[in-house]
Amino acid sequence: MDMTIDISTTAPAVAIIEMHGLAKKFGASQALAPVTLTIDEGEFCALIGPSGCGKSTLLKLIARLHEPSAGEISWWGDDFSHVGRTGKQLAFVFQDPTLMPWANAGANVRLPLDLAGVPREESAPRVRAALEQVELAGREAAYPRQLSGGMRMRVSIARALVTEPNLLLMDEPFGALDEFTRNRLDEDLSELAWERKLTAMFVTHSIYEAVFMATRVIVMAANPGRVFAEYVIDEPLPRGAGFRDSVRFAAHCRELSALLNEASIASRSVS
Amino acid sequence: MKIFLLRLAPPILTGVFIIAVWQIICTAAHIPSYLFPAPSAIAASLVAGWPSLFLALYSTLKVTLLAFALAVFFGTLTAFLFVQSRALEVSLLPYAIMLQVTPIAAVAPLIIILIKNLFWALTLCAAVIAVFPIISNTTIGLRSVDPGLLAYFRMNKASRLQILLRLRIPGALPFFMAGLRISSGLSLIGAVVAEFVAGTGGNSAGLAYQILQASFQLDIPRMFAALALITVTGVAMAGCMALLSKSVLKWNETGDAR
Repeated sequence: MDMTIDISTTAPAVAIIEMHGLAKKFGASQALAPVTLTIDEGEFCALIGPSGCGKSTLLKLIARLHEPSAGEISWWGDDFSHVGRTGKQLAFVFQDPTLMPWANAGANVRLPLDLAGVPREESAPRVRAALEQVELAGREAAYPRQLSGGMRMRVSIARALVTEPNLLLMDEPFGALDEFTRNRLDEDLSELAWERKLTAMFVTHSIYEAVFMATRVIVMAANPGRVFAEYVIDEPLPRGAGFRDSVRFAAHCRELSALLNEASIASRSVS
Repeated sequence: MKIFLLRLAPPILTGVFIIAVWQIICTAAHIPSYLFPAPSAIAASLVAGWPSLFLALYSTLKVTLLAFALAVFFGTLTAFLFVQSRALEVSLLPYAIMLQVTPIAAVAPLIIILIKNLFWALTLCAAVIAVFPIISNTTIGLRSVDPGLLAYFRMNKASRLQILLRLRIPGALPFFMAGLRISSGLSLIGAVVAEFVAGTGGNSAGLAYQILQASFQLDIPRMFAALALITVTGVAMAGCMALLSKSVLKWNETGDAR
């Protein structure tokens, strides 16, 4: 067999996020014990763990929605003030769509560009393209009330994509949706991320979602919240719906499930 | 046309029916018009007294609309100040409530004595009772920001002004519109009550004065005519506010697509 070496996969990885002893306390309780972790370019990282393990807190520390209590974090080797410049664009997708009910889908997607002062003639085609990517072409004029839950979540993702992010952070993005809709969105997002060479990090409660989407799963444990283990899923990208039926998928799910069980046992508070 | 049939036709038919029954009873029972006038007598009085009734209506309407405008302006301004500073709200809100709970009929004589210009005295009375719903609703609206959206705006490094214009103000609109609807009705009530108080002193020109004059002369049909004009004004204002609210909050309508 011809053993050509693909340069793109062997090139030295570029670190996008570097955390050193990053910790967060809410009052007296330790939400997150010191975490040292690096996220490389092109990774699709899942955060999974029992409730109270600080997975959401970790994601929000990266998005600077929380200030760390201790430790250091850098974005593209720099501090947060450089985030938002070309090549260092960060986007965050909340668990809820968090759309403006008074604005139509187009205006909601345009919001980050408006806030950044992008002129309309430049933002209009970008908004249209982002809505097309989430399969909502032509629904620009629809108000959030007129859209289904899945469609609203798609608008929220389009709002993240329109900024052409280099790093996409998602906090249980499809947690509130039914399994069927969620699977479809997972497939679309997996393909989008691959097309755009997106680096992404997402919090999930679902082992299946983590295995389907992620290239690396970070398993966390609670009491105190900490990184418990890491699990690499070295499967080809993008992953189509067929991957779910594969033996490899089932094997990964089994192993991740075992890891998660250990993490749950380790999370029991010592009294 | 369909909306007209469904929403407007039933109340109009009900009104026509009631007026018809009223007319029939008054005519059949020969009730004298100084006891209880028939609709035809009221209509005749309205036509006969139209020049002076129209002037009275114009006078009341001027007070009502100006008071409403003042209430909207100062109420919104106060709400913005309250939202900017907690200290200001804590120190001023009790007085705003005092203004609201004191019956206007009790304060009006004082205002009319203190302010020489009758028109401005009446306007002030009406504005005083119309302002409170605007203050309280707009304050609640400006405060009720979706915390998720606020976090999103902050994450995108939005300025204070951007947050105000793009998040707080549009978010406050449904509350503000509700305040507007209450306040428009209150400004008419305030104007009429103030006119009654002023009218007992013999110097007023509004519809309330027409009612007082007619009652002194036992001209009951004329009383009813003036009363009808007040009612029509109130209904028209409420209708205008409903239309305004509907066009401003069109995103709030339940859509058909799902």
